[in-house]
Amino acid sequence: MSRVVFLKERCKGCLLCTQVCPKGIIALSGEMNQQGYKIVEVAPGKMEQCTGCASCAMICPDTVITVYKTVKPGQPVKPGEPGEEVARVNG
Amino acid sequence: MTEKIAFERPKPLADRATHYCPGCSHGIVHRLVAETLQDMDLVENTIAVSAIGCSVFLYNYIMVDTVEAPHGRAPAVATGVKRARPDRFVFTYQGDGDLASIGMAEIMHCANRGERVSVVFVNNTIYGMTGGQMAPTTLVGQKTTTCPSGRCRDSEGMPIRMAEIIASLGGTAYASRVAVDTIKHLNQAKKALRKAFEVQVNGLGFGFVEFLATCPTNWKMSSIDANKRIAEEMIPYFPLGDFKDVTTGKGVC
Ligand SMILES: Cc1ncc(C[n+]2csc(CCOP(=O)(O)OP(=O)(O)O)c2C)c(N)n1
Ligand code: SF4
Ligand code: SF4
Repeated sequence: MSRVVFLKERCKGCLLCTQVCPKGIIALSGEMNQQGYKIVEVAPGKMEQCTGCASCAMICPDTVITVYKTVKPGQPVKPGEPGEEVARVNG
Repeated sequence: MTEKIAFERPKPLADRATHYCPGCSHGIVHRLVAETLQDMDLVENTIAVSAIGCSVFLYNYIMVDTVEAPHGRAPAVATGVKRARPDRFVFTYQGDGDLASIGMAEIMHCANRGERVSVVFVNNTIYGMTGGQMAPTTLVGQKTTTCPSGRCRDSEGMPIRMAEIIASLGGTAYASRVAVDTIKHLNQAKKALRKAFEVQVNGLGFGFVEFLATCPTNWKMSSIDANKRIAEEMIPYFPLGDFKDVTTGKGVC
């Protein structure tokens, strides 16, 4: 399952990421961070729709989002690709 | 199941909060610059020249040696830096008030001399830092604190198209205009930035990229509406694309 991780304290709640997610799974969370911004989340239960396209991370002005993309078993992570050195087995 | 990191903060971008307003394009452009420096393996060899405007603290965010230039003078400072240290990669990062207003002379002559430097130009059609005054790039009809009823062609003239002007100068090797409003445009922007950096690395001449950017605060818009304004109002007047590229012969006379 591809997934995104938000660095909550950096989010400024601009909502740009919510506009570019092709699956529309990012939305306001109802939570506020210490900077005082209303922050976003992937609504509970919706993470499995994430395709790992990284659109949200690319438009985020505050580099809040890290994107982990699923690699099919047997499909090698190409040398030199981002994250090559950290590709790891998850479960 | 195996997973890989498809996106993470580029290493030259400092791991800290920025002072930029929510939705401000400066953060996106900073990240693109940091990624491109990293991809081209230039980080250790770079000297940046930052300008006056909201991006004045560039050196707090992009972790390369930086000289802070007086308002508009970044291309002149970059000229000196590059001539003293021709082995270094040198870029300026300037807003439209900085580059197209007070710094018009410096940018024109730097490009015309074909200095081996690259310029990252962030056009948000307004003076952001000082509270939203009219810039040379402010669109006709756009309201600012110094043209409260909207820029008027008769009294303030038409917005200046910098990428086209820079492309017309003899020393320019590459001049392009890009936008940061969509994923497609972001991918194009990254390619253009790389080219503007490569022409310097390959000694071909001056490299210039204009980014159509937002200033939600001084446009008095939500981040989402500001982002939409790029496509609806800016791109029709400021067309995207390469205006000169000596590597393909485009725009070369
Ligand atoms: C010599 C001088 N004149 C005027 C100013 C005031 N000033 C600071 S930033 C700025 C304009 C910045 O606008 P822009 O370059 O568009 O950058 P932005 O803040 O929009 O990113 C001005 C006029 C100054 N700092 N120094
Ligand atoms: S784009 Fe970034 S800062 Fe804006 S709401 Fe999304 S995660 Fe937060
Ligand atoms: S005033 Fe405008 S340019 Fe400056 S940080 Fe805020 S949104 Fe960005």
